[in-house]
Amino acid sequence: MAGAVSQPNVVYAPVKRRSALAQFCIAQPLGAISGVAIVVMLFGGAFAEYVAPYDPLAIDFGAMLAPPSWEHWMGTDAFGRDIFSRVIYGARTALTIGFFSSLFGCVLGAILGVASAYFGGRIDMLTQRFIDIMLSFPIIVLALVVVAMLGRNLVAGVDVNLIVAIAIPIVPKVARVVRSAALSIREMPYIDAARAAGFGHLRIIFRHMVPNVAAPFLIMFTAFIAQAILLEASLSFLGLGVTEPTPAWGLMLSGNASDFYREAPWMILFPGLAISVAVFAFNLFGDSLRDWLDPKFKV
Amino acid sequence: MTDSNVLLSVEDLHVHFVTSRGVVRAVEGVSYQVRRGEVLAIVGESGCGKSVSSLAIMRLLAKPAGRVVHGKIMFEGVNLLDLSDEEMRERRGRDISMIFQEPMTSLNPVLPIGLQIMEPLFIHLNMTQEQARARAVELLGLVGITDPERRLDQYPHQFSGGMRQRVMIAIGLACNPKLIIADEPTTALDVTIQAQILELMRELSRKLNIALVIITHNLGVVARYADRVNVMYAARVVEQGTADDVFLRPRHPYAMGLMRSVPRLDRPRGAKLETIEGLPPNLLDPPKGCRFAARCQFRQDACAADPPLVEVEAGHFSACLRAGEIAAGGIGGETLVREAGGKREGRAGEKLLAVKGLKKFFKVTRKTGTFSSVESEVRAVNDVSFDISPGETLGLVGESGCGKTTVGRTILRLESPTAGEIVFKGQDIAKLGSAELRPIRRKIQVIFQDPYSSLNPRMTIGQIIAEPLLVYGIVKDKEAAKKRVAELLEGVGLFAYMAERYPHEMSGGQRQRVGIARALAMEPECIVCDEPVSALDVSIQGQIINLLENLQKKLGLTYLFIAHDLAVVRHISDRVAVMYLGRMMELADGDALYAEPLHPYTKALLDAAPIPDPVIERARAPRTLGGEIPSPLRPPSGCVFHTRCPIADESCKAVVPEAREVKPGHYVACLKV
Repeated sequence: MAGAVSQPNVVYAPVKRRSALAQFCIAQPLGAISGVAIVVMLFGGAFAEYVAPYDPLAIDFGAMLAPPSWEHWMGTDAFGRDIFSRVIYGARTALTIGFFSSLFGCVLGAILGVASAYFGGRIDMLTQRFIDIMLSFPIIVLALVVVAMLGRNLVAGVDVNLIVAIAIPIVPKVARVVRSAALSIREMPYIDAARAAGFGHLRIIFRHMVPNVAAPFLIMFTAFIAQAILLEASLSFLGLGVTEPTPAWGLMLSGNASDFYREAPWMILFPGLAISVAVFAFNLFGDSLRDWLDPKFKV
Repeated sequence: MTDSNVLLSVEDLHVHFVTSRGVVRAVEGVSYQVRRGEVLAIVGESGCGKSVSSLAIMRLLAKPAGRVVHGKIMFEGVNLLDLSDEEMRERRGRDISMIFQEPMTSLNPVLPIGLQIMEPLFIHLNMTQEQARARAVELLGLVGITDPERRLDQYPHQFSGGMRQRVMIAIGLACNPKLIIADEPTTALDVTIQAQILELMRELSRKLNIALVIITHNLGVVARYADRVNVMYAARVVEQGTADDVFLRPRHPYAMGLMRSVPRLDRPRGAKLETIEGLPPNLLDPPKGCRFAARCQFRQDACAADPPLVEVEAGHFSACLRAGEIAAGGIGGETLVREAGGKREGRAGEKLLAVKGLKKFFKVTRKTGTFSSVESEVRAVNDVSFDISPGETLGLVGESGCGKTTVGRTILRLESPTAGEIVFKGQDIAKLGSAELRPIRRKIQVIFQDPYSSLNPRMTIGQIIAEPLLVYGIVKDKEAAKKRVAELLEGVGLFAYMAERYPHEMSGGQRQRVGIARALAMEPECIVCDEPVSALDVSIQGQIINLLENLQKKLGLTYLFIAHDLAVVRHISDRVAVMYLGRMMELADGDALYAEPLHPYTKALLDAAPIPDPVIERARAPRTLGGEIPSPLRPPSGCVFHTRCPIADESCKAVVPEAREVKPGHYVACLKV
């Protein structure tokens, strides 16, 4: 039994120190691919003036309903407008509205959820019943009502009321999820420590609780961008969202596209694809982010 | 080596975990043997590899990260590591079974316990339904569960923690295994229940000739129940021998330090704990040579080489180069520092905190139908009174659910009392509003049990400590706060540069120090310590207790020290209050209470708590308190303890005993005293 501690002869490959980004790409390949798609869309939307080959509003009756070709990669519509350029400009509309409505809805929902959990009791009960009522409306119906009630309010070319209309159905969903996360955080001893120190409610909520629900918040924020894009497209399709001639994906599917889709299927194919890719990318990215941030999935 | 009585022989076991941060060498060159029917204890602090080495025996290492890279595990002459998964599965549960720490989560909540006991019988012994049922009834009887026939069809949630652990033992015993591995089997249980379970396990092991491997960090448990002991430190066995060898003649400085750093029930207060300073090494990048050298007071240059595990006397091994010198008495003799006088002055005069008739009832509603529900009360704290003088430490002990934590939370006004007074410096704070409470909150602070969840993970240590300084304007600006944070960190034995760190970058003991620094930042007069050391390892526990005592001396602090560990409470407290089911049972000077307990519950508690000395343990009568703690939803009438009390009679069921001053300063709530 005597003798120094033996050293088995096992050789391991040296551990590579990888950046967080590289770790994410290896652990969540689908998330990484959708991340790339999102970056491409952001780039295209932000620099549409330089990326798009044509003016999206330029009418060219000489090239009406032209099929995809080297000149017009995705063909043209009934006014001879270049669909590829309109899809790129449409990304700007979709992402702007998607980002801001998701942000607005999630922030409001998070504050409501944390406050509801922190105060508990009667306040919690009332908030939760209000949320139940909100949740009982189908999203699209709720958004339709808000749009119809508020009308239009263009600020810097963006319909602020449309953003509000899309954000409102998001609020109760986020509030529910954040509340349940906050409920468990409220029971943590460090919250007790803050209360025992005599800190005010606002300090405890914003300094101690909100940062700790950041992970679920971030996940929902990305996932709801997808929902918001879809909702914006639906509202535009129904004629209640973005109006002509602004290039928007939902709008491109409606209007005279329905008259020509037999002769010119590219008119609906490409905007439809754009919606699918955007929604898919944000949803997948949100899912991967959730898995990756969840310590249970880590080795 | 070829002892036919050897059941299990682990030879030169190495276990590695491959993680994204590198290879953790969790077990290195561990060898030991277990003979038939003997009780072997593996002791060590968290992360020393004691659990991993036994999971390796069961071949239950977390895959794919964990792997056995070298060594043999011989069980009845067969190397378990060579078996196919199928062959291993046959042995698991039949020849070797395992009992886990958490009885609350190791039973499947959706299956009746009878089925869970019978399952291994169907699988391994091909029993029929009737045979298995008969065996299950027999097993439940064996582990001391009354009315087994009926209880077989009950679900885990209908059993208490102690009962569930009995069921786990019954499952472990089902197929008459030759070896049971119990991983911290009683850590989650109360002292009186712990004693019941361990007595049961030892008795069964003797009766059925089952070898038992108990993995634990509790030295008292080891001294009371183990035949032989393995002490592990940083993935290696550092000392090995019979319980007497290891406890009475430790030959490794780590084992010696461990024995001394534990507060003991049989020693009066006033002795400063001798602690092992520093932290265990990180197994991702362990130091060369003796793993303990960095914390060892006897290290010398030769310790830079790996010390072999050598036999210092028959059957007693130590992995220390200087074991011979230790044996000769050259170094490491008893150097326990006894400081003069346990009693402190300033006990007379103004009370700092006085609690009178404190009650805290929680309302709970239970659904009885779709539209109906029953409202009932949990009497968490019922008529508790005590006072604390400035500079004093009052210990509050009791088993889980006795209301000791609720007392602390009510004093902190994290809960509002249902009735009673909390007089702090002459002012009743029981009913103050939040604005009036603010200045008082600064004066009463808190240290929590769990150092992992009591610090906000999104704030740096510096931010955490500076927050109250800035909110209360204790310091002028951020610059001054930074300076004060550095002072506070150094005051609790940390370093100023640690202010930049986040809580997850620190060890448990360090976090607990941060928790103390945060409490001190408010410049409090009274600190409620809610189980401040129970989540820490033995050697770290001693460091924190010493720190608390030093701070008390330096700053004149007053402590309400809440804990379930009787030895720790005895060590630190001037006076001790014992609670049971929301009521105070006994309150007395610490030494008097331990020397001469008057209340039958206090006696039972003291009997149940093991002392880390096998000689003393053998001399003690094996008395254990039977029964379970009743639910606080339906507390017994009269004296709440009468259902378990050995001397209770009819009058105890009718009358609630008042706390009487039996001797000066010694209060007892019992009709029979």
